[in-house]
Amino acid sequence: MDTDAGLARRLARDLEAGFPDLVDGHRDRLYTIALRLLGDRRDAEEVAQDALVRAFRAMQGYRPDRIAELRLRPWLASITVNLARNRRRRADDRRPPSQLEPMLDAGFDVAVEGSSGPEQRADRRETQRELATALLRLTPTVRAAIVLRHVDGLSVAETAEALGRPEGTIKAQVHRGLRELRGALDAAGARPTATSPTKHPARLLPALEAIR
Amino acid sequence: MTTVPFADPALEDALRELRAQAPASVGFGALVATGLADRYAPIETSLGRAFVAWNGRGVSWVGQAPDAATFESRFRASVGREIAAADALPERLASAVARRLGGDRRVRIPLDLRGHTPFEVSVWMKALEIPRGEVRPYGWIAAEIGKPKAVRAVGTALAHNPVPLVVPCHRVVRSDGLIGQYSMGGPDAKRRVLGAEGLDTAWLEAEAARGIRFTGSDTTHIVCNPTCRDARRVTPRHRVTFPSLAAAASAGYRPCKHCRPVSLAA
Repeated sequence: MDTDAGLARRLARDLEAGFPDLVDGHRDRLYTIALRLLGDRRDAEEVAQDALVRAFRAMQGYRPDRIAELRLRPWLASITVNLARNRRRRADDRRPPSQLEPMLDAGFDVAVEGSSGPEQRADRRETQRELATALLRLTPTVRAAIVLRHVDGLSVAETAEALGRPEGTIKAQVHRGLRELRGALDAAGARPTATSPTKHPARLLPALEAIR
Repeated sequence: MTTVPFADPALEDALRELRAQAPASVGFGALVATGLADRYAPIETSLGRAFVAWNGRGVSWVGQAPDAATFESRFRASVGREIAAADALPERLASAVARRLGGDRRVRIPLDLRGHTPFEVSVWMKALEIPRGEVRPYGWIAAEIGKPKAVRAVGTALAHNPVPLVVPCHRVVRSDGLIGQYSMGGPDAKRRVLGAEGLDTAWLEAEAARGIRFTGSDTTHIVCNPTCRDARRVTPRHRVTFPSLAAAASAGYRPCKHCRPVSLAA
């Protein structure tokens, strides 16, 4: 597989020939972004597919030199975030707030890999559920920054580019998001075994420790 | 605001683990929507079960096959794109195809005819204009698209019609009145489709065998293709037949404006 820059150059030369590789290389991350922003698998599938289609149509209208210069990771992330935002607005119109919980519940079946035993896997799954729920309780602005920066793994600069915000703003939003998530996890995971949260925050949540 | 460096590697690891795998339908769906792959589903036709393939640009292929796997491999070999089975046609496409096969020529069905020549496409678009229950000779298509000498090429283009039944190439017959070849199973299949559309092919072939190429009405002095709906309204008492358009012209008959009969090469 070539780099994204190489892929962009190939797309510039022959969009239709290169596009299946773009789909293969970015499908999972766009789905992840949409899933973690929206919390609903069906919505995420539609948004991810729609983002890929829109990227294709946009590139059809671009001159080759513009396609070659695309930074695909932040560019595709930005399309996905915008589609997810529109989707959420429509969803908010449809659903009264009291029906938030069932919506939250839909997207949590995270595949847990690794050689850990069933108990640890169950713990990790539980942590991931809590974390995904906590993510959905962040404000949409902070959530988008966290999802791109730490779930998808974009750099601060790429996250800033994808969200159209200054890097300083992204840093502050990521910082705030991490703090809120940690607070939410600690609250959710407060268990009898928890000790000295300030020194070893991770030990508050046995499950979170297990995934280290 | 003060941004105290906040390091929480365990949390960051846990966030990274929220990455999920997209269902295969997401990527394939994007390829279908952009016309780089296709889906297909079976439909019922007057020739029995057939398969329809489509993508975001339109219907791309219609064909019969003993089973789905055979249809898939024929599609891949001929079209060169990936294809996957769907449960059914999308609702709007299904109703459009059903209406078109039922003879409604007004319903629009997007067709994906990439990779075919403008000549082929013009032949197929012209075939779309032939009403259900009627037929036209190959030479009629050639004349109508402004290539009166390209009769054989019209036949070849119709044989290569990727969307038979949707584009009714079965409504184009030989200029000598014989029913002619058909890509969906030869002359007998062609007779069955035309019969299902209400055309009496035995009558048509018998007329052709008697040398009848055109029919007219001695009250209107208009000459038609024999299957033109105007011609078939003429009562036997007023019906006249001609071996050629020249014969009709010299008898004082003018060509019908609906079916636009053309002179046929011998």
